[in-house]
Amino acid sequence: MTAVDDLEVRALPSGRVRPWGPWQTALAILRRDLFVTGREFPIFLAQVILQPLFLLFVFGKVLTQLGYARPGYAEVLFPGLVALAAVLTGLQSTALPLVIEFSYSNEIEDRLLAPLPIGAVALEKVVIAAMRATIAAAVMFPIGVWLLGSIPWTAGAALGVVVMTLIGAFMGAAMGLVLGTFVAPNRINVTFALVLTPLLFTGSSQYPWPSLSHIRWFQVVCALNPMTYVSEGLRGMLVPDVPHIQTWICFVAAVGACLVLTAIGMVGFLRRAMG
Amino acid sequence: MGSENAVAVEVSDLVKRYPKAPVDSVGGISFGVRRGEVFGFLGPNGAGKTTTIGILTTRIRPTGGHARVAGIDVVADPVGARRVLGVVPQQNNLDRSLSVRQNLLFHASYHGVPRGLRKARADALLSQFGLADRSDGRPDDFSGGQIQRMMIARALMHAPTVLFLDEPSTGLDPAARLFMWERIAQLKSEGTTVVITTHDMEEATTLSDRVAIIDHGKLLALDAPAALVRDMAGERTLDCTVEPGRAVDGSAVQGALIRLAAVDRVEQVDDPGGAWRLRVYVQGDTAPLLAVVAQAIDDAGGRLTDVRLGEPTLEDVFIHLTGRALR
Ligand SMILES: Nc1ncnc2c1ncn2[C@@H]1O[C@H](COP(=O)(O)OP(=O)(O)O)[C@@H](O)[C@H]1O
Ligand SMILES: [Mg+2]
Repeated sequence: MTAVDDLEVRALPSGRVRPWGPWQTALAILRRDLFVTGREFPIFLAQVILQPLFLLFVFGKVLTQLGYARPGYAEVLFPGLVALAAVLTGLQSTALPLVIEFSYSNEIEDRLLAPLPIGAVALEKVVIAAMRATIAAAVMFPIGVWLLGSIPWTAGAALGVVVMTLIGAFMGAAMGLVLGTFVAPNRINVTFALVLTPLLFTGSSQYPWPSLSHIRWFQVVCALNPMTYVSEGLRGMLVPDVPHIQTWICFVAAVGACLVLTAIGMVGFLRRAMG
Repeated sequence: MGSENAVAVEVSDLVKRYPKAPVDSVGGISFGVRRGEVFGFLGPNGAGKTTTIGILTTRIRPTGGHARVAGIDVVADPVGARRVLGVVPQQNNLDRSLSVRQNLLFHASYHGVPRGLRKARADALLSQFGLADRSDGRPDDFSGGQIQRMMIARALMHAPTVLFLDEPSTGLDPAARLFMWERIAQLKSEGTTVVITTHDMEEATTLSDRVAIIDHGKLLALDAPAALVRDMAGERTLDCTVEPGRAVDGSAVQGALIRLAAVDRVEQVDDPGGAWRLRVYVQGDTAPLLAVVAQAIDDAGGRLTDVRLGEPTLEDVFIHLTGRALR
């Protein structure tokens, strides 16, 4: 390594400092995440689509064609799988990366040292995860058309469906924030196994929640899973004929769950981020 | 502002006790770092260096006390403090999803460096740090020394007023260490204040304008390396090799030496094949004593065949202060 004695090389290029606020820093961090997600977009899509795709194919198509499920089952299942894709992708997009960035790679440190409040770094994580989750949920629609021939749709429900999907995406991301910051790094694998499967099957994604009235205890368990309200909300708007939890209840419960989960997740994040 | 401008870092009564810890990791330390100086933090593992740097860089909340960086209170205004400070942490925290160049560019974008300027700076730093030809590689593919350089380059992208480096040379080979020392000297010449922690005496002595010695979270001494060493009376030594000559035993020679006014004590170090090795602890400068010591040995019947002057080092200062060796 030769020493650089040239004074011209030595002096760092300087320039006028422009006014710069935490918001702009947050956007710069979001841009970094969009850049990384965009670069790996095909891999990302494959990752998030495979599970709902197979669920839809096996339960919605194969089982109905074989006669094990009623003909209308695909219609009941589809809204639930949109919810599932949103919540699960959101969760996976925050939980695992957070665990890795906090414990193994320390990667998040450069962002914690950026000029913005620490809480904003957490919120940015939730936002980018929710964006990924929204994409995953949106992709379910063309897949549904392709697999099932047609999907339940009512023009009037469009706005509600979009909003509920966004809420579901945010909810999953906030759940991931809680998991990723409260669970010890060496337990994350076990926790994932213990949390994901119950979450997957108690979220009223594969069945309408009111139809569980004969299995009362299970119905209660499902009511405790916030994903139920996303599934039921979407179902109520897409296939109104199927018995469902009232849509306004779904919105209130889902938004409430988002707020609570985000608040808890923020506490976890701040605890992790500040020694 | 005037006088505040001269102080880059102000720390008063800083305390950190980690949750559930039985003792303070930082136990009430106070010091100031002058603008433009290289300030060394010297202490063994567990002394509290990383914790102190963590507080100063807004990553750790102090339990008590105050700290200001470039005049900004790090607890009251962490966002403001982060604007003016740069950090090179003890562990690799580069963004593994980004190339070396992108690491620099995105870091600058977080700090609001305009696009054109950040490209120019990244180019300049990548070439200064010898990374230009591999700037598209991912951090995972680089050696420890290169990673260290990347982290320094990244920290400089937003032109911080105060740069904190936590044990930057630990694990580096001698060449990489020398390179880093050169860069730090250069930063100082450009007016950047540098706070560096180390458990390496030589590094502290070579780099720092002033050194703070800490142990168990306490500040034990703070001064220029030369001044710290100067205060170490009785730690200057003459290692003398003496051939018996006419003398019958070593104790006669030792007795003659101990009677000299400037000599504190004499130790027989070892006895390799006939010659005596005597370590003479003296007051004041060693060089003027050479003739006197040689004469005293000669008068006692011995013959001085070799002598080595031992100057005290920071290591001796540390041992003197703590009663233990640094490593
Ligand atoms: N996150 C932590 N929780 C509890 N104790 C800690 C934590 N970090 C450091 N310590 C303790 O604080 C003391 C000082 O550590 P540190 O600041 O890392 O020292 P140094 O950097 O000088 O080696 C040590 O005793 C260490 O065990
Ligand atoms: Mg340390």
